[in-house]
Formats: sequence, C-alpha cells, structure tokens
Amino acid sequence: WRTRAGGQPPLQAPAGAELWVWFQPTVTDVDKAWKELSNILSGIFCASLNFIDSTNTVTPTASFKPLGLANGTDHHLLRYAVLPREVVCTENLTPWKKLLPCGSKAGLAVLLKAERLFHSSYHSQAVHIRPICRDASCLAVSWELRQTLTVVFDTFSSGQGKKDWSLFKMFSRTLTDACPLASQSKVYVDISPKNKEKELLEVTPPPASVYEAIVQGDKRTYAVYDLLSPSLFNTSRSLNVQLKWKRPQDSSELPTPILHAQRYVSGYGLQTGEISTLIYNTHPYRAFPVILLETVPWYLRLYVHTLTIITKGKENKPSYIHYQPAQDRRQPHLLEMLIQLPASSVTKITIQFERALLKWTEYTPDPNHGFYVSSSVLSALVPSVIAMKDVDVEQSPLFTSLFPSSDGSSYFVRLYTEPLLVNLPTPDFSMPYNVICLTCTVVAVCYGSFYNLLTRTFHVEEPSRGGLAKRLANIIRKFRGVPPL
Amino acid sequence: MQSQCFLPPAGPVQGMEEVRLCKNRFKASSPGAGKAGGAPIRDYAPGVAQSGGTIPAKQPPSKRRERTKRGGNGGKAAAYRAAPRPEAGTRSTRRGTFPPSGMGISFSVFQDQAEQFFRSGHTNNWAVLVCTSRFWFNYRHVANTLSVYRSVKRLGIPDSHIVLMLADDMACNPRNPKPATVFSHKNMELNVYGDDVEVDYRSYEVTVENFLRVLTGRIPPSTPRSKRLLSDDRSNILIYMTGHGGNGFLKFQDSEEITNVELADAFEQMWQKRRYNELLFIIDTCQGASMYERFYSPNIMALASSQVGEDSLSHQPDLGIGVHLMDRYTFYVLEFLEEIHPASQTNMNDLFQVCPKSLCVSTPGHRTDLFQRDPQNVLITDFFGSVRKVEITTETISLDSDLAGFESKLPKDELATEPQKYAEQLPVAQIIHQKPKQKDWHPPGGFILGLWALIIMVFFKTYGIKHMKHVF
Repeated sequence: WRTRAGGQPPLQAPAGAELWVWFQPTVTDVDKAWKELSNILSGIFCASLNFIDSTNTVTPTASFKPLGLANGTDHHLLRYAVLPREVVCTENLTPWKKLLPCGSKAGLAVLLKAERLFHSSYHSQAVHIRPICRDASCLAVSWELRQTLTVVFDTFSSGQGKKDWSLFKMFSRTLTDACPLASQSKVYVDISPKNKEKELLEVTPPPASVYEAIVQGDKRTYAVYDLLSPSLFNTSRSLNVQLKWKRPQDSSELPTPILHAQRYVSGYGLQTGEISTLIYNTHPYRAFPVILLETVPWYLRLYVHTLTIITKGKENKPSYIHYQPAQDRRQPHLLEMLIQLPASSVTKITIQFERALLKWTEYTPDPNHGFYVSSSVLSALVPSVIAMKDVDVEQSPLFTSLFPSSDGSSYFVRLYTEPLLVNLPTPDFSMPYNVICLTCTVVAVCYGSFYNLLTRTFHVEEPSRGGLAKRLANIIRKFRGVPPL
Repeated sequence: MQSQCFLPPAGPVQGMEEVRLCKNRFKASSPGAGKAGGAPIRDYAPGVAQSGGTIPAKQPPSKRRERTKRGGNGGKAAAYRAAPRPEAGTRSTRRGTFPPSGMGISFSVFQDQAEQFFRSGHTNNWAVLVCTSRFWFNYRHVANTLSVYRSVKRLGIPDSHIVLMLADDMACNPRNPKPATVFSHKNMELNVYGDDVEVDYRSYEVTVENFLRVLTGRIPPSTPRSKRLLSDDRSNILIYMTGHGGNGFLKFQDSEEITNVELADAFEQMWQKRRYNELLFIIDTCQGASMYERFYSPNIMALASSQVGEDSLSHQPDLGIGVHLMDRYTFYVLEFLEEIHPASQTNMNDLFQVCPKSLCVSTPGHRTDLFQRDPQNVLITDFFGSVRKVEITTETISLDSDLAGFESKLPKDELATEPQKYAEQLPVAQIIHQKPKQKDWHPPGGFILGLWALIIMVFFKTYGIKHMKHVF
C-alpha cells in the first residue's frame, strides 16, 4: 500500500498471504490443528498455504488479540504466519467469489471480473470469521463471515489524465440487480467535501440518500445507492455510477495519516545488513503507544544487542519487549515491542543481522531472485479528533469496524510495512557439472601423461620410403635441383 | 505381474509403428475374469474385426484365455498395425465354427455385443495437467497447459476432477502487460486463463515428488481434496505434460528432472492399485517420444510432439507481450479440440493426424500397443470429455415439508447469563504487566553433566580423596 498516494488504507494487508487463527481452548494439540487448517485452506483458496510450517509460524504475545467475542486471551492458542512470496491471482478470486451467496452471478459481485480487478495498482482480498453479538444485549452469539476486497484503480494514468471515473470504466460492466439472497445491497460513494468547499464534484445518477459517518477519525459523507430499492432501476435497467470533478484539481494531496511506517534494509555485501523501520506519528499534540511485531526468518541472524530505538535524537526505551530467538530450520525470530510515540515525531528502529548459509537443497528453484522477509505489523489505538460512536450492525454493516473499539476517542488501526527482499549467498548451481568437467580434464591430462610416460615403450621405426605424394614431390625437386625430402 | 518386454530399439522411433511388442501376461491374471459381466476391456480378444457380421458369440473362458497366452505376440501385431487389416473371413475361420443357421435373427444381438466390446467402460474422467517451467520466457508452457485445461473444462470435466499444476504465475506476473490473462493466439484473441480458473498446485509446489504423489495417491493425510487424484478403476485419466525435456527426462522448474523410467514405474503403480481404467498421456516437449518409450502397463495410449533427436518448436511470438505464446503441437491440438463438442464422435486417429510435419516441423509420435482397443474406436471425448449420467424420473419431490422439519431441528443456542464482551485490541496496561513466561525446568543435558563430572574428577585427582572432608 502506498501511503503517500493512497492515504490511510481502509483495511491493510501485508504482501503475500497472511493467516492467523485463535484456537478454542478445547483444542489439545494446537500445532497439529494449525497444520491441518493451513492445508485445508490451501485447497479452498488455491494458494500455497500448505507451505506454512514451524519455520514461518510465530505465536505473538501482545498483538493480534481476537477480533470477536472472547472470554480470555491465552496467547498459546494463537498462531500467525505470513508467506510473503505468494501471488494473488484469479485462482484466488474464484473461490472467494464462490463463498458469496449469489456467487458472481447477481448483485454487486457481477462487477468482480478478474481481468479488470487485477489491472490495478493494489489488490487485496480477505476473509474474516469471528463471533459477534447478535443484538445489543449481547446475550447470544452469532458468527460473522466478512469478505473484503480492496482494489486501487489508477484511473488517472489510464483515464487520459482526468480523475473522473465510472463503474463502467473501472469494471467494464454495470450493476443490473441486487442479489435476491441479500438483505442489504448498497453502493457508497465518498463525496466528502475537502476544505469545506462544496460543489467540487458531481455524482450521476443523483443518489437517493446521503449518509454521514466517521471513518478512522475523519468525518465523511457518502452518497448511497440502494440496489434493493425499486426506485433505483426505474429510469434505466442498469446502474452506472459516475463521478465528475467540476474543477480540475491542481494538487490532489490526500491527508497524511496519523500513523504510518516504512521499512528498508541497508548494508552492503552478502554477509551483514541492517533492517531499519521508520514510524511516523503526525498527530500534532497526542502521543500514543504502538506495538511492533517483526517476524524475521531464521536465515537472517539478528543481533539483538544492536537493537536501537531513537526518537527525536534520544533513545526510546520500549515499555514491553518480547523476543523469541530463532532456531535454525525450526523457528523464525519474533520481536514484539510496545513503543511510546511522542507527538509529531519520527521513530527509527534499527537492528543488524548476518546472513546464514543454506544447504543446497533448501534453495528455491529461483534463488537469485532473493528471499523475502515478511512485513512487520504495527497495531495502535490512534486517537481521533472527532468522537466516534458505535455503529449498529443492522443499519450499516460496512461501517462497523472490523476492530471493536471500547471507547469513541480512538480507533484501532493495524498497519503493515513493506516486505524486504534480501539476497543470500547463493552457490552456483551449475558447479557440480563444471567441477566434473574440470576434474576429469585435470585427471586426464596429468594422470594420462604420467601413465603414458611410464608405460609407453619406444621402438625404432624404419623410415618409410614415403607415400605417393612424397615421391612426386621428390621428382619435382629433382627437376628443380633442390635436395630431396 | 511380470511383463516380458523387449527393450526399445536404439534408433529413433518412427511415427506410425509400435515401439515395442510386449508379451504381457496380465490378461491371464486380470480381475476381469472375476467381474460379473466382465469389463469388455480386459477380456478383449485381439483380432476381433470391426465389421459386425462375422463375430461369433462369446467364447468360453478357457478358450479365450488359452488364445491370449499363445497368441499374444502375433495377435497384437495383427490388431494394432495401422496398415491393412486381415479380412473378416480369414479371421473367422481361425476362431472356429459358427452356429450355422439362425444367424440372421441374432445378427443384431451380436452386433450390439460387438459394439459393447469397443465402447469404453469408464464411469468418470480425470485430468492431470502439468506445466513444469518457471520464468517469464516460458510463458508458452503455461499457455499450453491452460489451453488444454480450457478444452477439458469446456467438454465437461469439472474442476474437482482436474488437477492443474502450474510452475509459475504468468497471468499476474509483473511483466505481463495484460494482467490476469494468458493468451494463446496472436493479437490477444483467446484468453485461456478465463475467469474461473482453479490452480491446484502453484509455483514452488510443482515438484517431481508432488507430481508422483498425486499420480500414485501417496499423499499426506491432510492434503485437501482438490489436490488429490481420487480416481478408481473405472476412471479414464488424461495426463498432459509440457516443459523443457530431453532424451528420457523432463525438467521440473529448472532444478530437478523426472525420467521416463520413473514415469513408467509410477504408471505401473497406478495400474497395480487399479487407479485408472485407461490413460492417455500427451507430452509436448523436445524429444517427447522418449518419455513414453518405457511404459509397460496396459491401457496406456501416449502421444508426443516430437521424436527422439527432434526439438518441439514454438508457434508464434506476440509483439505486445514479447514472448512466444504457444508451442506448435499444442496450438494445433487446441485448434482441433475447439471443434469438438461433448457429443462428437471424432476418434483418436484424427488426433494422431493433428500437426503433420509440414506444420509442426517436428514429427509427432504416438504409441498404442499397450492400449486394448483400436484407436479408431476410441472417442476423443472418452478422455477429454466427461461421462455424465442423467437419469430421468417422472416422480416429483416436494421440498417444503423438509424445510419445516429442518428449521425446528436447529439447535437452540444457550443464552449466556451475562453479556459477553469483545476482546480489547490493545490493552496497554495488561501487556506491560504481563508476567514473563515461567520457563519449564529441564534437567541438565548430557553436555553439562559431562562437564561437571570432568571438573570433579580433575579436582579429586589433583587434590586426592582425603581432602574431601575439607570440601564439605
């Protein structure tokens, strides 16, 4: 996710595939259940989740609290794994669409055609399952399956330089009806005025109603199109929402989110390196804590004594550190820290590492591409300027946050940094062939020569009279008066 | 079950002849004898002519078995040569006498029975489609596999019966100018990736081990169903492989190979476990015919895009995408398959004619000596399509009563006594005061014990045992 271009992401996801599960307390062997679950999910979602094993699974101790109703939180029941090398493509979208009640045949999902969805700058899909309160009294529990799809279309670069968009331009099809099995089917278009200026943009067809909500500390206005209302399709059979900007925008800066982070690897050579994480707190006067969770594979040996956290030039001691060192070929590194971020600051966390040598069978078939280090996870309760109130699930399910918040003064946000790509010292895999050729040549030349010298016997040979060519040459030489050969 | 097979000839294999003549004794010990009403495949007597008129009634079993034992070699040679068949008349005299009169009446009965002999006895179809090459410039191998996948899906085999293995992701590759598409024809005419593709084995999962495990069925117990080949002894399986290969091997992902011997052994394992009824093996690599040289299990028909010593060539590059889109053999096979519909009666001989040397530059080859039936009688849809049994019933089933009963059977949720709470996402105080985990006490390991024993021994050796009372 490019924060500078996209602003605050609605629900961010790390690069690759991420799976985290809270097991019930009745499960006796959590690791075995985890392995079976990742295998089954790899079959359902056509992803290589079966590569999740103990070398990339961690048990966080402070992050990833359960999203739904929970009695106690014993972190032994939590498992978290990321596969940064996974590719998201149509074969992952197909089972995702099959989970919808109408599939992709009716309702909003008819827009989801793979050719357009993947022609985008960012594509992410997620499935969350959690227990929630069935009603306000919260005496009964229901299970909620939430499927999210986040796509960023770059209409500016593909739309002839204009920022106008329409459903047809983005998805190459329009909405025709709602899914008969849905109790609600709505389209929300963000028409929030920037800087209190009205009439900057125009949405066609004119929306039936307007909805205001506070999303992630921002007051936003949405135009609502309800597909289940009969008046929507009165004029035309299909719904094509279009947005046009009245005035050309000079600078389209999205507001910088209050919390964002970056990560990069530095260093030179194939021996050592350094991972640096920069966390920005752009709130003008409030400080808040953030949990940073880093999972580093075992073949990058972290030197924890070189861990430094510097804020505004001074060292910042974290309130809570949990470090689980890696075991070669068994466990990755786990580093969890609770860091206090002062207002308007940049915090830099650096740690040095050394690269290990892998056995030649452990390399992937394309080892020169490099090895990925999965994204680090930042969890924080960001204070919001505007007080937020809980939104009723029945009224507008889209705006009930996935992360339940206890009070309205802050909202929970989970960010992911970029994944890192590091090169490990890679052997030359064609070397066995080269070694065989070289060795055989050396052996043949040296030993062969010795053998010949030792065993070859020399005989005196009668000089032959010469062949036909020599005799002819001698005749010619005689004519010329030159001595014969 | 031993099979006495001659080794393949040393020279290049020519297109239309058999590779080997095998005297297989499997027919004598096949379970076909035990099956009621026998599988026509297994009791297939070689040399039975295609024309219906002169076929005798079912021979007594003993006579049939003795015939196969003795006539294995010659009989097969007579049956499977593509060249002229011996006339029906000569063959019938070999078989013995006919029932003299009354033949006209039961003529059609014999014809039906004869037809039954030639129809395949499979009840379900499976397909295993493998692309073994990685990297962007091997786009054409992925396009090959996906075009066969598309044809097979179109002709009726469902996704649950297809195991698709793609060694690299071309559609969402950052180098693909048209994401989520894989084209097989120039100018981006046909997107073989489609909108509902399901890839079972992706990227690093396509290894020789996984491929052989899928074929033989020896998969770890937690493998999901979509990654298994759940075939039985009535399944017709289509296996398509493409990639880079050589004389006797096929390269997987640039790091390992599978040899023709391994493949033949895997098929033999499948045969012994009764995992297939008939198997069609198609391979599109350089020197592909070497991969089917070593097969020795029955009911296998094999096609390859080139002979030993020849290279399979790619068809056409697309200037927009920048790589070659398809291989020639599979391109013409795809064009051939596009004209097949689920009810077509095209047979295997037409598939053998696809892509002659003028179009393909390499000589495609095929192998049918291990196959029981005549390729003339094998429909394309026996392997590429799917058997769908449709039963028409005239009685109506009402659903309403079931629903009412179902709703009353829903378990009543126990209401909690007090309201439940959501877990707090970031309980800072709780986290800071988390007690550190008590490390379990482990008894000292061997190294520590040995070290201490060494220290104590050295101490007592230097100072003597009588000083012990000063120590304690």
